[in-house]
Amino acid sequence: MSVKTDSKLEKIFAAGHYAVTSECGPPRGTDMEDVEKKANLIKDHVDAINITDNQTSVTRLCSLAACIKLKLMGLEPVLQMVTRDRNRIALQSDILGAAAFGINNMLCLSGDHQSFGDNPQGQNVHDLDSMQLLQVVRMMRDEGKFLGGDDLKKPPKMFVGAAANPFADPFEIRVPRLAKKIAAGAEFIQTQCIYNLEKFEEWMKGVRERGLHEKTCIMAGLTPMKSVGMAKYMKNRVPGMDVPDEVIKRLQGVPKEKQAQEGIDICVESILRLKECEGVRGFHIMAIEWEEKVPEIVERGGLSPRPQV
Amino acid sequence: MIVADKKPIEEIIEYVKDKKSILVAGCNECVTVCEAGGKKEVGILASALRMYFKNKGEDVRIDEVTLERQCDHEYLQEIAGTVREYDGILSIACGVGIQFMAEEYPNMPVYPGVNTCFMGATEERGLWVERCQGCGECVLAFTGAVCPVTRCAKRVLNGPCGGSTEGKCEISKDVDCAWQLIVDRLKALGRLEDYEKLFPIKNWSTDRAGGPRKVVREDVQS
Repeated sequence: MSVKTDSKLEKIFAAGHYAVTSECGPPRGTDMEDVEKKANLIKDHVDAINITDNQTSVTRLCSLAACIKLKLMGLEPVLQMVTRDRNRIALQSDILGAAAFGINNMLCLSGDHQSFGDNPQGQNVHDLDSMQLLQVVRMMRDEGKFLGGDDLKKPPKMFVGAAANPFADPFEIRVPRLAKKIAAGAEFIQTQCIYNLEKFEEWMKGVRERGLHEKTCIMAGLTPMKSVGMAKYMKNRVPGMDVPDEVIKRLQGVPKEKQAQEGIDICVESILRLKECEGVRGFHIMAIEWEEKVPEIVERGGLSPRPQV
Repeated sequence: MIVADKKPIEEIIEYVKDKKSILVAGCNECVTVCEAGGKKEVGILASALRMYFKNKGEDVRIDEVTLERQCDHEYLQEIAGTVREYDGILSIACGVGIQFMAEEYPNMPVYPGVNTCFMGATEERGLWVERCQGCGECVLAFTGAVCPVTRCAKRVLNGPCGGSTEGKCEISKDVDCAWQLIVDRLKALGRLEDYEKLFPIKNWSTDRAGGPRKVVREDVQS
């Protein structure tokens, strides 16, 4: 795999290592120390850190500003960008701004519907969808052109990723949908949180049958459960999430004060099992407001120390 | 058709409470079919207003009329002779009819008695559903005649998003996922391989984004 950008994440993949990423949600205010604190908890245990873009449609400090902060700390940010809040002008403009600060990774998403957030009465934009955003970034990078056709000076050298949800419906188009994202330009994929390993492995089988695992770098997404309550919430309330009953039963089987540790154990076991799944090239650990647990998960998952590239 | 829904009576009263003579004007087209602004609804609204003013001890004239179409200058002319007798028109046509009424009678206050909702159809008695947003560049040929612009909450042209669960949209279990419908339909047509074609970036200038729209047909202009 030849490297096209200065992305550390891309170099990790190119060198044949498992990549490890995690993510931080920006604060609901202007306290950038919050970002700094979270990043410092995980920086030595991951290769890159995603910054979420107004996740669940709740207004927060912007992803781009938080990514710049990480960059100034000497870390490797992944700029998440949703198509919900910005039109094609704003998206292209933010891509240039990010690249100008040396942000080398982007994750293209459609974003949760605004009805989940703090402004359910707001408009959504969706001028582009996530696949079209992928195409736009690749066009800007590879052809040095704006969407409108004009040349741009010093193209943004972004390593471009997308999300994949192997568990959403309809299941039959889940592999074709990945193929479509790859065709649109996705160089890496971070999946939805995996709890149903059998279903994920079935999806990966379909992915391998079409050779798609060789055309993009698939990172398995994992979120440790903190409690039975969280597991039930994820199962029943989070769209597109597949939490099997066994996971809930397993958490219920231990005393309340030990559920968090059980959640970590499940996460670590998943990593160890998915390392055996051909085509999984890395792990994206989304420890939601639980960043301090990332080092333990990475270590016990046999993913440390992180390689120098 | 254009689907509308009744405004709360309290809101309507707020608009007309100081009037002395009001014409309640319905329309015989779409709003009659969706039971929001036809002759029957004109009668009900007029009665409610009469009762309101009577209870207040005020003598207010409330007349009723239902035009063939309010979105047509010709039919709006039918009230030209009497319109000066009123000091306000309460139109329960769609937003198009209400505005045409105001354009026809520039000195007459015109108030809306309905909320105009969408272009849709009657799914069953008392249930109207949206099917078209008039984006000006129809994509139905590519999506098995199911509109993602209208029926996907994110207008995703390369869907479904990650929120599609058991055929339903992430915003509500009562809303079908447009892309589930599209996939089902492509499958029924033996065209599932079309799913993998990337839908190009859409030109939204024919949609709301391009400003107020016009269709000009020189071939039918006299």
